[in-house]
Amino acid sequence: MTSEAIAVRPVQYLQAQMRWRWSEAAFWLATLLPFVLAPNYLVLASQIAITALFVLSLDLILGFAGIVSLGHAAYFGVGAYTAGLLSKYGWGEPLTGLAAAAIAAGLFGYLTSFIVARFRHLALIMITLGIGLVLQEAANSAGWLTGGFDGLQGIHTWPILGRFRLDIYGYTAYGYSLAGLFVIFLIARRIIHSPFGLALRGIRENGLRMPAIGAPVHAHIRTIYTIAAIIAGIAGALLAETTETVSLEALGFQRSADVLVMLILGGTGRLYGGLIGAAVYMVARDQFSGINPQYWYFWIGLLLIAVVMLLPNGILGGLTLLARRMKVVS
Amino acid sequence: MSASALATRGLNKSFGSLVVASDIELVLPQGVRYALIGPNGAGKTTLINLMTGMLQPDGGRIVLGDDDITALAPEQRVRLGLVRTFQINQLFPHLTALESVTLAVCERRKVARTWWRQLTAYRDEIDEAYDILATLGLAPVCHRLTRELAYGQQRLVEIALALATKPKVLLLDEPAAGVPREESRELLAAIAGLSRDITVLFIEHDMDLVFRFASRVIVMVGGRVLVEGTPAEIAADPRVRAVYLGKARHEAAS
Repeated sequence: MTSEAIAVRPVQYLQAQMRWRWSEAAFWLATLLPFVLAPNYLVLASQIAITALFVLSLDLILGFAGIVSLGHAAYFGVGAYTAGLLSKYGWGEPLTGLAAAAIAAGLFGYLTSFIVARFRHLALIMITLGIGLVLQEAANSAGWLTGGFDGLQGIHTWPILGRFRLDIYGYTAYGYSLAGLFVIFLIARRIIHSPFGLALRGIRENGLRMPAIGAPVHAHIRTIYTIAAIIAGIAGALLAETTETVSLEALGFQRSADVLVMLILGGTGRLYGGLIGAAVYMVARDQFSGINPQYWYFWIGLLLIAVVMLLPNGILGGLTLLARRMKVVS
Repeated sequence: MSASALATRGLNKSFGSLVVASDIELVLPQGVRYALIGPNGAGKTTLINLMTGMLQPDGGRIVLGDDDITALAPEQRVRLGLVRTFQINQLFPHLTALESVTLAVCERRKVARTWWRQLTAYRDEIDEAYDILATLGLAPVCHRLTRELAYGQQRLVEIALALATKPKVLLLDEPAAGVPREESRELLAAIAGLSRDITVLFIEHDMDLVFRFASRVIVMVGGRVLVEGTPAEIAADPRVRAVYLGKARHEAAS
């Protein structure tokens, strides 16, 4: 009798924590607003959705497993070049392009995960940085394949699902990118609420204690690193398919650094933080570079310092705090 | 074949010229309560680190039941039933007590690699974790973050994590260290209430606790096992009095 009542409670408590909230529904409804309110900015919106997906993949390893990476663009680039090359050499079907990119980036992620899983902290930053640099230079020197410094030309993306042709205003591009972001977000949300997601948080919280409860830490890290590489690869493929071009910048250090900045701006370890960080960063870049095209990193730098100093948990952390205070006041 | 739960054979470990474990031969029979005592720097925690694989010995073997585990990684030893707690809390500060223990249960039941099902589908695992916490009196605070718990409660979470792995041999490194008297009641009850199927080795400085809980006592000095025996034998042993109890009484008196 009572034991049954007690046994029910902990599960229900956890269920309540994982339930969809109104704020989440509002967030996803708001992502549809650009179609109506800012139809001139749909190309930018599509880039934001793709970048948000890329940030999401970094959040899975950094925010949940505590793996800092300065070379995450490597997987984005592998995905972008895979989809781009496939299209250039005659297969421009976008969904299979995404699948091929996911496989290629996942394979590369799985192989490199064996190195990554063995290190932490500064050594890890150097190793991921090294992976990024090696791949960037390899792509640069393999000009016959990648187009080198000039970028990969001649990509032609077939209509999505055989129906929706890419248009100059970006309606199809944004719809496609947003759909990709949403589907993968659902998967990421499931991962963090799974037993495996709990194990990742355990690694982030105390990687030394994990072996003492029988947890195979390296195997866990290899798994999430591979998943993150797959998602980054899909983001890269979305960019290649919607812009019909791939440049070396796709796997450059700058992109790896940007994605880290966006995640920290938005707030790590909460999925939505990365999405918000990507939107704020990309819109700010768009606006600042309109005012002062050469020095916009000055403003990004200021923004980064301000957010880290004033909002240690990022913009989303600040918003959560604000919402809680307002609840207390009202 | 072997009657011992855990045994060490000629275990050696040095850091440079400092010998921290010298030819350690121990046989812990099934279900016995062992206290491991000795002055600071005697090598007690080092011995636990060697047994659990956090340190690799320079020589010698460690045998758990019938398995030679000398070459196994720490998490493999845990899965075979050799589990420890830590003298200084090694917890998950931003997980709740329930999440922490559920994680340990999931790892033991080999479902912690599942990423496609929601955690709440694992009702049995969550209930088992909750029951462990309830037994230790932590049910009312099981949804609090570990870092927000009182120190004595955090020490109990240490033990809860170990119990969630279903240990055969449990190594407790100063389980009551730093716990104020008023908070120690549940902790001592938990240690006293451990199943007799579990072989327990605990490091402890408080002689009252040693004589209360231990059926056998091992005294270590300078990386060596000085003597092993019943509490009464240890209390009467002049060598032990010389190196340890005398000093402890002296400290207690001062």
